[in-house]
Amino acid sequence: MSEATAGKVAVPEDVTVDKATIKMLHLAQSKGIETIFDRAVKMKQCNIGTEGICCKVCSQGPCRIPLTKAIKEGTEPDNRIGLCGATAETIVARNLARMIAAGCAAHSDHGRSVAETFLAMARGEAKDYTIKDEIKLREVAGFYGIATTVDDNGVEVPRDKWEIAKEVGEICLGQWGQQQGEMIYLKRAPQLTQDRWAKHDVKPRGIDREVVEIMHRTHMGVDQDYRNLLKQGARCSLGNGWGGSMMSTDLQDIMFGTPYPNTGKINLGVLSHDKINIIVHGHDPLVSEMIVCAVNLPEMQEYARSKGANGYVVAGMCCTANEILVRHGMPIAGDYLQQELAVITGAVDAMVVDVQCVMENLARVSECFHTKFITTMPIAKCATGKNTMHVNFEEHAALEKAKEIIKIAADNFPNRGEVNIPSDTNRMVVGFSTEAIKYHLGGTFRGSFVPLNDNIINGRIRGVCGVVGCNNARMEHDEVHLALIKELIKNDVIILTTGCSAMACGKAGLLTPEAAAVYAGPGLAEVCETVGIPPVLHMGSCLDNSRILTAATEVVKAGGLGKELADLPAAGAAPGWMSEKAVGIGQYFVTSGVYVMLGVSLPINGSPIVKKHLEHDMEELYGGRWDYEPDPVLAAHKIIAHIDRKRAALGIDKARERVLMDMADRQKIEAA
Amino acid sequence: MSKLVAFAAIQGGYNIVQKAEGVYARALEKYGPDQKLEFPNTAYYLPIIYSLLGLPVKTLGDAKKPLEVARALLPPHVKSLNYLPYLGPLLDAGMAAILAEEIVEAIRYVEDPDFYIVSEEVDLEKGKIWLGAAEDTVFRKRGVQFVDGSAPGFVAIVGAAPNPEIAKEIALEYQRRSIYVFMCANQAGTTFSEQLVEAGVEIGWNTRLVSFGPDISAAVFALGFANRAAMAFGGVKPGDYQRMLLYNKDRIFAFINALGEVNAEWAANAAGCVNWGFPTLADTDIPEILPTGVCTYEHVVANVPIHEMIQKSVEVRGLKTTVATVDVPVAYGPAFEGERIRKNDMYLEIGGGSKTATVEWVTSAPMDQVEDGKVELFGPDIKDVPEGGSLPLAIVVEVAGRKFQEDFEPILERQVHHLVNYAQGMMHTGQRDIGMIRVSKDAVAKGLTIKHIGTILHAKLHQDFGAVFDKLQVKLYTDPKQAEEMRDKARKVYVVRDARVENMTDEGTDTYYSCTLCQSFAPNHVCVVSPERTGLCGAYNWMDCKASFEINPTGPNQPIEKGEVMDTKLGIFKGANEFIEKASRQAVTNVCFYSLMNDPMTTCGCCECIAAVLPSCNGIMTVNRDYTGETPSGMKFSTLAGTMGGGNQAPGFVGHSKYNIIQKKFLVGDGGLKRLVWMPKALKDELRDNLLKRGAELGIPDLVDRIADESVGLTEEEILPFLTEKQHPALEMESLFG
Repeated sequence: MSEATAGKVAVPEDVTVDKATIKMLHLAQSKGIETIFDRAVKMKQCNIGTEGICCKVCSQGPCRIPLTKAIKEGTEPDNRIGLCGATAETIVARNLARMIAAGCAAHSDHGRSVAETFLAMARGEAKDYTIKDEIKLREVAGFYGIATTVDDNGVEVPRDKWEIAKEVGEICLGQWGQQQGEMIYLKRAPQLTQDRWAKHDVKPRGIDREVVEIMHRTHMGVDQDYRNLLKQGARCSLGNGWGGSMMSTDLQDIMFGTPYPNTGKINLGVLSHDKINIIVHGHDPLVSEMIVCAVNLPEMQEYARSKGANGYVVAGMCCTANEILVRHGMPIAGDYLQQELAVITGAVDAMVVDVQCVMENLARVSECFHTKFITTMPIAKCATGKNTMHVNFEEHAALEKAKEIIKIAADNFPNRGEVNIPSDTNRMVVGFSTEAIKYHLGGTFRGSFVPLNDNIINGRIRGVCGVVGCNNARMEHDEVHLALIKELIKNDVIILTTGCSAMACGKAGLLTPEAAAVYAGPGLAEVCETVGIPPVLHMGSCLDNSRILTAATEVVKAGGLGKELADLPAAGAAPGWMSEKAVGIGQYFVTSGVYVMLGVSLPINGSPIVKKHLEHDMEELYGGRWDYEPDPVLAAHKIIAHIDRKRAALGIDKARERVLMDMADRQKIEAA
Repeated sequence: MSKLVAFAAIQGGYNIVQKAEGVYARALEKYGPDQKLEFPNTAYYLPIIYSLLGLPVKTLGDAKKPLEVARALLPPHVKSLNYLPYLGPLLDAGMAAILAEEIVEAIRYVEDPDFYIVSEEVDLEKGKIWLGAAEDTVFRKRGVQFVDGSAPGFVAIVGAAPNPEIAKEIALEYQRRSIYVFMCANQAGTTFSEQLVEAGVEIGWNTRLVSFGPDISAAVFALGFANRAAMAFGGVKPGDYQRMLLYNKDRIFAFINALGEVNAEWAANAAGCVNWGFPTLADTDIPEILPTGVCTYEHVVANVPIHEMIQKSVEVRGLKTTVATVDVPVAYGPAFEGERIRKNDMYLEIGGGSKTATVEWVTSAPMDQVEDGKVELFGPDIKDVPEGGSLPLAIVVEVAGRKFQEDFEPILERQVHHLVNYAQGMMHTGQRDIGMIRVSKDAVAKGLTIKHIGTILHAKLHQDFGAVFDKLQVKLYTDPKQAEEMRDKARKVYVVRDARVENMTDEGTDTYYSCTLCQSFAPNHVCVVSPERTGLCGAYNWMDCKASFEINPTGPNQPIEKGEVMDTKLGIFKGANEFIEKASRQAVTNVCFYSLMNDPMTTCGCCECIAAVLPSCNGIMTVNRDYTGETPSGMKFSTLAGTMGGGNQAPGFVGHSKYNIIQKKFLVGDGGLKRLVWMPKALKDELRDNLLKRGAELGIPDLVDRIADESVGLTEEEILPFLTEKQHPALEMESLFG
């Protein structure tokens, strides 16, 4: 790696606020190992690409049509076109639509593999998986109109869960290939939100069809109306948010358990000196769930001892981490930007990856240590690196494959060299699924979202913001999330978080209940104290952003805060987004009526018209819109201003009067 | 702070459930699983468990399941650092405690059957002051007050006041606001109930100061009462815990006053009550839970000074109460209505045992002859009579006003009874020329006089009926001769009046009246009152409804054009059906006024009587609320009411008033009075004269004696031979199921 040290390197203290990361970057640099942080300093971003005006959909290009200063200032007319005549609007919209398609494809394809495994399980073909949450199975069956009871000689009795599961699996899987009509889960949204979708004709027919259609429409010489292209983007995104992602969350909950609040630990300090460290990294819990199960088997424990180890640490990275954290309390080693650093501790005996956000450089860094870099998915292999290997994961023999992987890690344990594990860890409380929030706001008997609404209406809570998404090596690691979130909670905005944003919060201590008294405004702090929750609620992986949709829908249903998602004093933010999945997620929130704030611009600045369409016109269409503000504190205040506008529209910007009821008032109460 | 509450309440939940498990295990060993478990004379089994979990506990063995539910509800203890959310777990722990306590209290009825007195009143002489679960007659009677608004809510007072005098002050203030006081638990052995007794306050259901029990577990009687109301009047189905608890939050305005030091078990109970939406206010420094949500407003409020407790309590619960302001030297309000004045406490008696002439008469007078607010006394006042003496009394109320109609006279007149009764230290029974009034020594010592009766009637009638008259004056005659003169005059008027009402028919008028007074509790129930079908609660006849509408045109009694008569025999009216469909929110679309077999009218649960079909006898029975025994239908009144209350149509059953039995249209759609084969003896005796009259009209003068009662039998098999022997007409009639 001599070429790495030859160039510029990152100044650790400037690129991150996380102590463990600073320590590890110093260590990496002292060892001459290059990381993404260094490459971000060395390598500039492409100006044309960031503006979205490079068209490479045919071999006559790439055509690049930069927005000049003169055009921007209006001294020159905007006559920019590509070889075929494509305008900046068409090129930017096409590129953005393709990003949405890619993002939705990624999440939804993950969902498909979950649905396939689910169906295999229901049919008894994947015996290592089972139904852990039968209540949720029956609830989900209800959404699909699947019978959950059967007639037994005139008596209605519960239907066999495996029968239900088979039907659920079949119908779910059918949603990917559905060609006509509309996707079933759309009807879970508030009616007025559905009405908007119908009015603007963006109800997706089937998941795959909308992705394919984007690929067709963005082919050379097809759809050349940016509004029409972005409309298809909106439609495709709903197929993911209210389809692939939501189904995946639900099916995973049924198979692996619906998350309920649980304690956990985060940061590189969770790695162990005397235990076999297995990192599960990526997004799909099918593999990691099995590894978590398998390490606890006596035979595996014995195997570890035979290798001189005192057991195992299964720690997660990225959203695979979130999946096993919220369900099992398994520790998180770190976020997306820390993946190379984990290997650099020298303590990782196996880096087991599934899909998405796995940096190819992991293979290179692993080479510098004993770490086995194990890919597991047939769709995600890696050609780089001497320590790289592939163990093909098969749902039909899931546990066996998990054991095989664990053994590779255990066999590798004695090969460890120098180990440098930073001591940093932080405690957190995680696992706030929609169901869990409901329960914790009123218990078994009175669980509902009403107390949340009530405290939003009375102003203790100003509003709700979902802060989600990636970490981005072009921004200060973690800080972009933390500065925004701290400013929001200081102003009584409660945060729902997922993905790498949740990890930033975890490392900074914002996911502890004690954080409310330290960081939250007085109203939010009081509510947090009453319920015993942190001011920032960890809802799961980035796939689980669908939980934010269902939670928001519950809020609408609980009443008093409008009739559609767009009425809510709520917003979304992805301050450090980087992947195409984030664009897909952002678009489904916008299309569902949510104001979405980005800290990194979409590649759209090459067309001011497309930018205006996304940041203004979409609000009229869907009730939500995109916005961009790189300064996290300013971004927070734009979000707060949006929330305040919504509060004013709802008439809850004023203090609420205490209503004392007499008998006549009680007679007016509608039937419950 | 909430964390401390959670910590304590969860601990308390564990203590209570663990103790309950111990009590249960010992009871099971001693009595076996088949031992009957119940709250005597009540429907709905153990009502909290039944209403929330849908489990009917009838035996000790049945109690195992709910106790297991309670155990399973207990959450982990709250950790000091990085703790998990506790609001939901806290409420679960509270619920666990309450479920366990209900079982413990039920077991107490087995182990110590004399601990509670099954009655409406306490028996101080025998030292029995703990009332326990309200028996069904009490529950129905009192529950109605929550329905009609004469009781705005209840406070559960837990613990004891700093001293008996303060206890008395608190109780009096709640009474003045008409709020029921449910008392339980003790503070170092002292109870609020005993403090009241010590301070000379009359306790019991009749004064709304209800001494449930000396332990915190007696709180279940208050919550059980609330849930029974929701099932009986609100139509909430057992097991539908969500609706049940929301019904309580929205419609039952209850709250808790914790007096004195709050321990973990009290905290668990307070947490349990939050499930119902009932907040707790304490006079000590306990952690508060102020953010709203599960309760309408705050959940736990601490450090409330005793003298602010009542004001603060109603505010926190979101309740508006009114204190009747009548210029009399004693306390005044509905809570004093049931107060008894015994011989020893009595200063003066009017009518009753003293046999002096009494009469109450409201009459119209020309405008220029009435001076509003004038109260005149003709004859001696109380102070002119020695202690223990008596007086005659004619109360003549003269009313004038452009809107006043003769028809309103009896309605105003009927108010005299309760308005006089509302004064503390004054007891009134009867009406018209059979009234009786007793005045207590205490009240006389405070300065109460005969003239105050006039003050009360003027103030209250103006307050409640001011819309229909302009001026009102009261003449009070205690001079024996004048009193008798007035009585004779009034008697002539009564005869004319009665004839007018009795002669009205359903055919003779096009307008009936709705009564949705009970919709605050039974949202889908609609009464329609016609001249020959008085309100099922017995309180409202057609004339009352008409007057009520005139008085309050937007109120619960609205005129209904009966419209096209779709079935004369069954009594189906197009206009009435349209109204009912709308007012019941589409729950009921067709009602037969005169039938229990076909689409009968619904009941809120407040009905005086319930008629039920007796298939083997080809007849109908009816039972009134006061009769607590079994009936040939296989169900007691309470069970019947439980089956059909809450605004549901239940063919085969119908609620009606006592008076309705002797009205000509009584169930004519099913064959009328001739179908009546069984009724309680007391009811038969009460209506005897009228039944004889009706029998004669139907051509069977001795019909009343052909009707069986409990002395004949309690099953259809037992009464059938009697009916055959007496040649009861029902046996010859066409089949009810034809």
